[in-house]
Amino acid sequence: MQRRVLPGFGLSLGYTLVYLSLLILLPLSGLAFKASSLSFDQFWDIATGERALASYRVTFGASLAAAAINGVFGLVVAWMLVRYPFPGKRFVDALVDLPFALPTAVAGITLATLYAGNGWIGRHLEAFGWKVAYTPYGIVVALTFIGLPFVVRTLQPVIEDIEPEIEEAAASLGASRLQTFVRVLLPAIFPALLTGVTLAFSRAVGEYGSVIFIAGNMPLISEITPLLIISKLEQYDVVGATALAIVMLVLSFILLLAVNTLQWWAANRHKATSGEAR
Amino acid sequence: MPRLISKLAAALFATALSLPALADASLLNVSYDVARDFYKDYNPLFQKHWKATTGENLELKQSHAGSSKQVRAVADGLEADVVTMNQASDVDFLADKGLVAKDYAKKFPTNASPYTSTMVFIVRKGNPKALKDWNDLAKPGVQVILPHPKNTGNGRYSYLAAWGYALKQPGGNDKTAQEFVGKLLKNAPLFAAGGRDATTTFMQRKIGDVLVSFESEAELIAKEFGRGEFEVVYPSLSILTEFPVAIVEKVVDKKGTRKQAQAYLDYLWSKEGQENAAQNYLRPRDAEVLKKYAGQFPAIKTFTVDDVFGGWAKAFPAHFKDGGSFDQIYSSK
Repeated sequence: MQRRVLPGFGLSLGYTLVYLSLLILLPLSGLAFKASSLSFDQFWDIATGERALASYRVTFGASLAAAAINGVFGLVVAWMLVRYPFPGKRFVDALVDLPFALPTAVAGITLATLYAGNGWIGRHLEAFGWKVAYTPYGIVVALTFIGLPFVVRTLQPVIEDIEPEIEEAAASLGASRLQTFVRVLLPAIFPALLTGVTLAFSRAVGEYGSVIFIAGNMPLISEITPLLIISKLEQYDVVGATALAIVMLVLSFILLLAVNTLQWWAANRHKATSGEAR
Repeated sequence: MPRLISKLAAALFATALSLPALADASLLNVSYDVARDFYKDYNPLFQKHWKATTGENLELKQSHAGSSKQVRAVADGLEADVVTMNQASDVDFLADKGLVAKDYAKKFPTNASPYTSTMVFIVRKGNPKALKDWNDLAKPGVQVILPHPKNTGNGRYSYLAAWGYALKQPGGNDKTAQEFVGKLLKNAPLFAAGGRDATTTFMQRKIGDVLVSFESEAELIAKEFGRGEFEVVYPSLSILTEFPVAIVEKVVDKKGTRKQAQAYLDYLWSKEGQENAAQNYLRPRDAEVLKKYAGQFPAIKTFTVDDVFGGWAKAFPAHFKDGGSFDQIYSSK
């Protein structure tokens, strides 16, 4: 092994393992243990009930949509905040963090009021016949709100690292504006963008507090999976709740794994192509 | 530096000494969400009463949140001396766990519920859709706002009220009742997250023609939004909502607070306790007090969960457990 400047590999590895075990592995194994009191048939019945299946579609569909929206507009915001000086920039920069700090219930109630039929935004949308509050669109709005900082904050340092000279070099070598963006900038940003979108997505999947106030919570239409979990807990059915939680965990894990693989592939490809260029 | 430390130590010592002098005993009352106002008024009343009769300074701590969350916390070890809930099924859960006496409902008068309320309709000023009774709420073109019938206490009471009404109609049985409730729920554009959320949706966002709510909520709406915006409609028949209280046997035995806990709950049935209920727009059990406040409690025919559904222990699984009547209404199969 290569000699390191700072000692402490053993200590930090031990610390990491203990810390992760206590914080993540222990509660998760408790969850699995609790659910293991169900037979497989019982588990399957709960996991694939009509309402449960509908709720996965709503939860994962809305979370993906919200993460995608944040991917596009979060990139624009991050780019703006890094590249252009403008009055009130610090203020706008601080504004981005607000969804982190605001209690989610407050966010949900505020958004519901804004997007309801008589709200500031909702009344204009309903003029076009588009209802947002108390429909699945409302869920997307709430999830977009809480996910924004994840994308912006992951992208900012990466964009700061890209020197404007690189764009100038690309332009002077004859690249069009689109080519500069797609071939030069995007490959450098893409891994971070993917991380940000993934974080926003994961946060959205588990979100409960803000969504229930704007979703309308109609069975089969706008019920999110966390609501069904709460519903089980209301019946003192902790085991049933853990069954749904396990399904969510597994689905999320598969999606995150797929994204990580994609990211790894993208990073390698980026390295390979930039190596070629040299 | 050492002087500072000794000063600090002295200060700490002094506070440690003075704390027990402030309170001779302490009770924790774990309660449901909207009981906050009631107990904020009741606790000082009882403290005064207790001081006058025993000379003891009693510290009263309150905890309020959704009732099933609260009950779960108590079952998991939150040291509540007493629980004051809005639905018997929540106290039943503690009785099953052995924390509360099995016959807790008989330990106090009037089914251990010191006050009651009922489900009424809040409609827009002038009652433009002329909504008079439950069957009007099931008519096409009427929008009904209520909290989630499966996940919230007042949603469940609203649901059972409509069900009981349908049962009492000529030829009514469980099948016609389920059809009726199904029609009524089709008129709900959303299920609110809780009672207060339903109120905000109806009053502030102006969604819906009628809000089904506790009678006691109507006064809070008037305080918040003014009286000019809405009217209260009393249906021909509604449900009597009971709010059971109980001593958490295991905790009071451990803490030695049985005497205080018993007196704290007993006092709810005293004249002062009953007046306090009436002042919070909850129907007192005491006939005299009820008469005194008759102006704010119009006569209404009610039924209890015990009468019509054979108690919460039967009503809950039949209607609100997975696969119960609510789920059947929302199943396409």
